[in-house]
Amino acid sequence: MSGLWHGKILMLMVVLTVSRHSLPGTNASTGNGTENTITTLPIVTWKWHHTEGPYLVALWVLVSWICKLVFQLNPALTNVFPESGLLICIGWVLGGIIYGADKVQTFRLQPFTFFYYLLPPIVLDAGYSMPNKQFMGNLGAILVHAVIGTVWNAASLGLGLWGCWLGGAMGHLNTGLLQLLLFGSLIAAVDPVAVIAVFEEVHVNEVLYIIVFGESLLNDGVTVVLFNVFDAFVSLGGPAINAVEIIKGIISFFVVAFGGSLVGIAFGILISLLTRLTKKTPTIEPGFIFVFGYLSYLTAEFLSLSAILSCTFCGVFCQKYVNTNMSEKSVNTVRTTMKVFANGSETVIFVFLGISAIDPSIWVWNTGFILLTLLFIFVFRFMGVFVLTWILNQYRLVPLGLIEQLVMGYGGLRGAVAYGLVFLLDENKYKEKNLMISTTLLVVYFTVMLQGITMKPLVNWLKVKRATTDEAMLAEKIMNRTFDHMLVAIEDISGQIGHNYLWDKWHNFEEKWLFRILMNPTARKSRDYIFNIFHQLNLKDAMSYVQEGERRGSLAFVRNDSKADVDFNKQFDTDFTDMPDIMGPDHIPVPFVLRDSVPSVSLNMHEQDQKMRESEDFNAHHLLQQHLYKGRKQRHTYSRKQPVVNRDEDEVQEIFQRTMRSRLESFKSAKMGVAQPKKITKHSKKDQTEKMSNGKPADDSKIHSYGDEDFEFSEGDSAGDAAGGSFPMAAYKGGAGIVNPAYMAEMDSNEPMPPMPQIPPWLAEAGEDSSNVAPSQRAQLRLPWTPTNLRRLAPLRLSTHSNDSFLLADSPATQEGTEPQPPLPLQDGRGRGTHM
Amino acid sequence: MGSTNSTLSKIPNVEELMRETGFSPAHIVRLYDRFESLDKEKTGHLRPEDFGAINRQDTVDFHSFVRILAHFRPAENNRPRDPSLPEPVNSRISKLKFAFQLYDLDKDGKISRAELLQVLRSMMEMQVTEEQLESIADRTIQEADLDRDDAISFEEFRKSLEKVNIDHKMSIRFLR
Repeated sequence: MSGLWHGKILMLMVVLTVSRHSLPGTNASTGNGTENTITTLPIVTWKWHHTEGPYLVALWVLVSWICKLVFQLNPALTNVFPESGLLICIGWVLGGIIYGADKVQTFRLQPFTFFYYLLPPIVLDAGYSMPNKQFMGNLGAILVHAVIGTVWNAASLGLGLWGCWLGGAMGHLNTGLLQLLLFGSLIAAVDPVAVIAVFEEVHVNEVLYIIVFGESLLNDGVTVVLFNVFDAFVSLGGPAINAVEIIKGIISFFVVAFGGSLVGIAFGILISLLTRLTKKTPTIEPGFIFVFGYLSYLTAEFLSLSAILSCTFCGVFCQKYVNTNMSEKSVNTVRTTMKVFANGSETVIFVFLGISAIDPSIWVWNTGFILLTLLFIFVFRFMGVFVLTWILNQYRLVPLGLIEQLVMGYGGLRGAVAYGLVFLLDENKYKEKNLMISTTLLVVYFTVMLQGITMKPLVNWLKVKRATTDEAMLAEKIMNRTFDHMLVAIEDISGQIGHNYLWDKWHNFEEKWLFRILMNPTARKSRDYIFNIFHQLNLKDAMSYVQEGERRGSLAFVRNDSKADVDFNKQFDTDFTDMPDIMGPDHIPVPFVLRDSVPSVSLNMHEQDQKMRESEDFNAHHLLQQHLYKGRKQRHTYSRKQPVVNRDEDEVQEIFQRTMRSRLESFKSAKMGVAQPKKITKHSKKDQTEKMSNGKPADDSKIHSYGDEDFEFSEGDSAGDAAGGSFPMAAYKGGAGIVNPAYMAEMDSNEPMPPMPQIPPWLAEAGEDSSNVAPSQRAQLRLPWTPTNLRRLAPLRLSTHSNDSFLLADSPATQEGTEPQPPLPLQDGRGRGTHM
Repeated sequence: MGSTNSTLSKIPNVEELMRETGFSPAHIVRLYDRFESLDKEKTGHLRPEDFGAINRQDTVDFHSFVRILAHFRPAENNRPRDPSLPEPVNSRISKLKFAFQLYDLDKDGKISRAELLQVLRSMMEMQVTEEQLESIADRTIQEADLDRDDAISFEEFRKSLEKVNIDHKMSIRFLR
């Protein structure tokens, strides 16, 4: 298998070399079109000259990404080696091939390409997906390490090398103190790309990760300043440096760092404002983030401020507002695309780091210099970390232990940024540029590969606390939030300004001003931390239910005991219109047939006879096929503007009503024999209208697209949960509880019935008719076998709008009427359910 | 600080308080100053009006004030625990108990749905409808409720929070 890939790569390489060899040839034929007179009409010509640039770029990107594929084939390899290390190795191989073909290294990582094309996506992604709470919480530690730590690293390294140079350990070098200080400053910086690459595979706990990662991002402010300052000093020459210059240097640090951050925040504000207006252009919406992020990077670069800081803070600032303003779909798009770009960029960077090494012209070997650099990097890094952390621990609530400090020190990886910077040096000023390049490359390889490889074993050996797998339980989140509030109160009471006080103040400021300006009014109103968690958890459960259902492969309906046959067409047409007119508890119970007839959704949880179900699967499938595919039209209209499936208003209504009804019925009938499904339906309608008139402005994109699933699951869940404890309550609440008003309320008040414009793809593909109904069946199918999952969704059922007047009115009647009934069918169902 | 001693002597039973809560004298003095500044009427008690907050008792005297705040001291991990001594006030378990009491308004040892709703209601920042609150409360109880009695006992509470770093979450730095 890997042989195949290797073959492919070789082939690509051959193509590349051939293509470059053919350059002189093609020039003659097409390049000088005006000068060459053609004697006959060329049918096909080689337009290599025109396409060379883009072609090579695309080809290289492809090759890099294929490399990534190659060693993913061998999982044993990726467990030991960090991916970045492997990519560098492949880069070496490719570099070797090119060099062998060309005798000169035509491809290398150009600083311009790196700084302007490859780095911005990574930084933007870092900022945008930064866990803000932890970042801000540890900002003190991060800044201390980023600023003071980097300055210490740079100074100590530069001075150390200078001392050793003076002492003659390096032989004869044409360099000076300032040059060595410059070298120190560019190699001292911890590199974000390398940190991401290595730490991604190691999964240390969040605090540790955020400190190292934050440091790697924020130290760019320092690196840029130091680099420019020392570069300028070298140009000025030694004697010209006096106190004024040094002070200017210090001032420039503040200007660059704060300026960069402010530029970033300014762009963040712009993005947030813009996303307020992009409701009508959902297709382009995600694109704005990228453009603005890139512009923030370029603007800072243009103003000679810190570009990485700008891009980072842009992402950090805007993520909250943008994620609220944009539709859920856009948010997902942005997230995914950013990851693609960032990851892709990273891959290309590492491959090229490997390729660039195979170039004898840059290699200068000076044992002393190189070894001393490596040594000093290590030693001084650890020293810096220990000292700074000791200071920090005096002020931190949770002190960083020795083990964490070790990992932090060890995680000081250098990477491509250092390489890019060293390449920018001017040969004339820096006679030893090649030596510096060689050393930088060696340092990068050393840290990325050696430290990368040994990081995982080290982390295991030291028993570093690993990242908690984020099984966010709602209970936990609520408690967490309560604690936060509590802490604010206590800080307030005890009269001290602490961390939480600041958090609270910022929170208030945010609420008062920022939300109003930067967020969509509708989005703002529907935003709530705990509710969002709840929503996310429900989504997750919904997805897993459907997946489980699909896995079981059956869209089928589970018949009840009677095995009543179903006449779809008839039932559907006739009874469809009857449903809405149902009134009151004294209504005629729905006949069996009718109940079953509502197609494709009357999955009754409690008819759990596996065998029976299987035997009915055939019928079910057949009938389902009949019914479902009948109504199917080609819906996916091609439209540039609307990526959604075209829906007929009526059909949507119809689907929805049908779904709701069937679910409610089947559920109700399961619980109470042949109970009053119609009553429930009416409730659902009424509730809908009630909720509509609640006037809650809807966030139509966010919540209600999944509202349907919640309905389904609530019903199914309640059925299953009846097997659990509180079953009289279940009986009572079952019907009405299905209409989960939480989600009803979120529906767009503009539309009479909630359409489902954003049915997730896995539903849409199933066909419009079945799209709303399928999940419930699957859910119900699934439920008896996974009691644990059941419980999590049960609350939806219990969440009856108990203040619903209809329900209240009905309750006495239903309870009495149904109390004797429920035990029987439920008993059966329960028995079967639990024995499944 | 000469004033420390004089202030300390004003407080009755101060040694016992210090031993019980683990605060240093400097802390006690600081808290006493704070207490006095909150206690505008100099009655020696704090009433809810003084805080703008709700307390379980109607008034809080200095000892209770300190005791409550003592829950928020960061726990010391490395001391060898003498099992005969009562559980220190700022250990993880006591912090959890304290938090539990915040929820359990009627002190029956369980957080019922209604109590949870109450807490949620006060915590939700945006206008969330009653039904949404109820579904959230229900789901929370579902997640944590292991013995299916539709309420969260202290054990279940503790279990659901075992992943949370309580020490971190319920400590104020300067109270160390």
